[in-house]
Amino acid sequence: MAQDRNHSLAYVRTEMVQEQPAPINAKGPVAWLRQNLFATIPDTLFTIFALLLLVYIIPPMFRFLIADAIWTGDNREACIVPGAGACWAFVDAKFAQFMYGRYPFEERWRVDLTGILLVAGVIPLAMPSVPYKKWNAIFVLIIFPILAFILLTGKLGLEPVQTSLWGGLLVTLVVAIVGIVVSFPFGIFLALGRRSNMPIIKMLSIIFIEFWRGVPLITVLFMSSVMLPFFLPDGVSFDKLLRALVGVTLFASAYMAEVIRGGLQAIPKGQYEAGDAMALTFWQSTRLIILPQALTLVIPGIVNTFIGLFKDTTLVLIIGIFDLLGIVQLNFTDANWASSKTPATGLIFAAIIYFIFCFGMSRYSMYMERRLDTGHKS
Amino acid sequence: MNNDSNAQSSKASLLYDPVARSIFFQCLTVAIVAWLVYAGVNNAITNLEKANVASGFGFLTDRAGFDISQSLIEYTNDSSYLRAFYVGLTNTLLVSALGIFFATIIGFSVGIGRLSKNYLVRKICMIYVETLRNIPLLLQLLFWYKAVLGVLPNVRDAMQVGDIFLSNRGLAIPKFIPEAGASAILWAVIIGVIAAVIVGKWAKRRQMATGQQFPTIMVGFALIVGLPLLALVVTGFPFTIENPKLGGFNFNGGSVVLPEFVALLLGLSLYTASFIAEIVRSGILAVSKGQTEAAYALGVRPNITMRKVIVPQAMRVVIPPLTSQYLNLTKNSSLAVAIGYPDLVAVFSGTVLNQTGQAVEVVLMTMLVYLAISLITSTFMNWFNSRVSLVER
Repeated sequence: MAQDRNHSLAYVRTEMVQEQPAPINAKGPVAWLRQNLFATIPDTLFTIFALLLLVYIIPPMFRFLIADAIWTGDNREACIVPGAGACWAFVDAKFAQFMYGRYPFEERWRVDLTGILLVAGVIPLAMPSVPYKKWNAIFVLIIFPILAFILLTGKLGLEPVQTSLWGGLLVTLVVAIVGIVVSFPFGIFLALGRRSNMPIIKMLSIIFIEFWRGVPLITVLFMSSVMLPFFLPDGVSFDKLLRALVGVTLFASAYMAEVIRGGLQAIPKGQYEAGDAMALTFWQSTRLIILPQALTLVIPGIVNTFIGLFKDTTLVLIIGIFDLLGIVQLNFTDANWASSKTPATGLIFAAIIYFIFCFGMSRYSMYMERRLDTGHKS
Repeated sequence: MNNDSNAQSSKASLLYDPVARSIFFQCLTVAIVAWLVYAGVNNAITNLEKANVASGFGFLTDRAGFDISQSLIEYTNDSSYLRAFYVGLTNTLLVSALGIFFATIIGFSVGIGRLSKNYLVRKICMIYVETLRNIPLLLQLLFWYKAVLGVLPNVRDAMQVGDIFLSNRGLAIPKFIPEAGASAILWAVIIGVIAAVIVGKWAKRRQMATGQQFPTIMVGFALIVGLPLLALVVTGFPFTIENPKLGGFNFNGGSVVLPEFVALLLGLSLYTASFIAEIVRSGILAVSKGQTEAAYALGVRPNITMRKVIVPQAMRVVIPPLTSQYLNLTKNSSLAVAIGYPDLVAVFSGTVLNQTGQAVEVVLMTMLVYLAISLITSTFMNWFNSRVSLVER
C-alpha cells in the first residue's frame, strides 16, 4: 500500500490542510448551550420550563425588594401608598431594637464589646493555620463566657440589666452559644457513657439521649418553662431566659452526644489498644489519645449541630422570649408601622440575617470536611 | 492466667480492681439519679399541694368547654379533655402524613435535579436547597401564614372559581356527603389496591421465569382508579354536594381548608424537602460510577438504569437519614402552635394546660406521644433497613 501514496490520484491531497477552528457546536458558547441546556428534547423542555419559572419569579421579586421598595419614611404613611413594595423604612426604624431588644441605650456598648470579644476569639479558633489552639479554646470556652456574663448581666459595679430587657439578635446568639458551649462537655460524657462497659451507665446514657432526641424542642421548652418550676425546692426560682437555656442545653446535649459518638466510633481499635499498651488509665487514654482525634473528626458535625441549634433558637418566642424573630414579629403589631407589607418585610429581613449566619457556617463545615478528608475512604 | 497471677490480683487493693471500681461508679450513679428523682418528686408534691393544683389524670374525663377549628373526629365543646387530646393527635398525624408525602416527592425531584446535566435546572435546585435549609422553619411558617396567606382578600371579596372560594379564612370547597351505597366505592378502592398488588407479584414472577415483561404500572393504575370509577357509575354517584355559601362573616356549609393548615403543610414540606434533596443527592453520588457504566455497556437505557440500577442501591444509603427527616418533620409539626393550627401541642400543651393548670401530666403526656411515634417509626425503619441492606458474604 505504501507506494500508492506516490501516485497522483485526483482525490488524494498532496499537501496538509490548514488548521481549522473547531466546529461552532463543539467549542465555545454555542457548544456550552448545546451541552448544558439543549442536549435532548426533554432537556430543552426543562430549560424552557426553568426559564419561564425564572421570568415568573425574578422580576416581581426584584420589584418588591428593590424597585418599588420604600427605603425612607417615619411611619406607616410612607408604606401604605398603593403599589409599594417592601417597607425597608420599617426595618431601618427598628434596627437597633432587632439587634439589642430593650437593652438600655447607654449600656449597649457592653453588648458590642461582648460581640467584639466573641469574634476575636472565634475567628482565630476557626482558622486552622493560627497557632495556640489550646489557649484560644480555653479563652472561647471558659474565659469568654465569664466575661460575657459579667458584661451582659452587669456584675462588678456595672449597671445590672434584667434578662427580660434582652432581646433581638443578642438573645438569639446567647441562647445558641450557651446551648452549644454547655452541651459540649455534657455531650462528651454522654457519648463516653453510651460506649461504656458498665451496663447501668450505658443504659442511663441511652435513655437520656433517646428521650431528648425523641421529643420536639417545643415540648422541651414547655417542660422547662411550666413544669420545671414545680420540681425545684421552695424559694428557688429561675429567670425565664435561664429556664429556656436549661431546656435548650438538655436538648442540644443529646444531639451533641450522638455527633461525638460518631467520632469515637471512627477511631480504630488499635488506638485504644495502644493506649492500654502504654499502661494509660481510661481517662488518660481518653484525654490524650481518643478525644483529640475524635473531636477533630467531628468538627463538621458539631458545626452542623450548631446550625440546627441556631435555627431552633427561634422557638423560644413561643414561650415568650423575644429573640430576633420574636422581636420582629412583636413589631408587626406596632400601630405606627402596621401595613400589609410590614410582615413580609420584617420576615425577609430576619430571614436574610439567619441565612447569612447559617450559610456561612455551613460553608465552613464543608471546608473543614474537605480539609479533614485524608483520602482514606475510597 | 495462672494461679499465681490470680492470687496476686486478688491481693491487690480493691481501689485498683476494675470490677470493683466499675460496680462502685455504677452504684454512685444510681444513687445520684435516684436522689434527683426523689427530690424532684418530693418538691413537686409539696409545690402542687401549695399551689392547690389537683394531680392525677382525672381531669381527662372533664368537659373541655372550648372549640377546635379543625377536627377529623367528632368533637364539640361538650366533649372531654381526652377527646380534645385525640383531636390534637389526629391533626398532628394528618399534617405529618401529608407533609411526609409532599416532602418526599419534592425532595426526590430536587435531589435528582441537582445532579441534572441541565445547567439551569441544577442551579435552580441548588438555590432552592441552600435557601430553604438555612432559614429557620418557624420563620418560614410565619412567612407563609402572615406574609402570603395573611394578605389574601377577606371573605366578602373572596376569589372565586366555580364553587371554590379562596380568602383569608381559608379555601372553601364543596363537600361531598355520602349517601347509602357510598361504601361500595371504598370497597372498590380496597379491592383495586389488593388486585394491583397481586398482579404486580404475578408479573414479577413471570418475568423472572420467562423474561416476558408486563405493563404492571399501567394495569395497576387502571385497577386502582378504574374500579372505584366503575363503582361510582354503577351505584349512580351516591353523594350530595354541599356548596359553600357566603353567610355573615364566614362560609356556611362545604369543607374549609384552614389557612393555618395550608401554611403549616407548605412550610413543613418545602423545608424538609430541602434536606431530603441533599440526602437523595448524596445517596446517588454514593453509588459507584461503574454501576452506571456497566448498565450502559449492557445496553440498558438511561431512565431504566436510574430506576433499576442506581436508585435501589442508593436507597440503602438514603433510608436511615430519610427516616430521621420524617421524624423531624413529625416533631416539627409541633410548631403549629405558633400559627394556631390545632395540633397536639397547641390543643393539649396549650389550651388544656392553660385551663387545667396540670402542667406535669399534660407536658409528660405530650412528650410521651412524640416519643412513642419516634420509637415506633425508628423500630419499623430499622427492620425495613435490615431487609434492604446489603447482605455481605
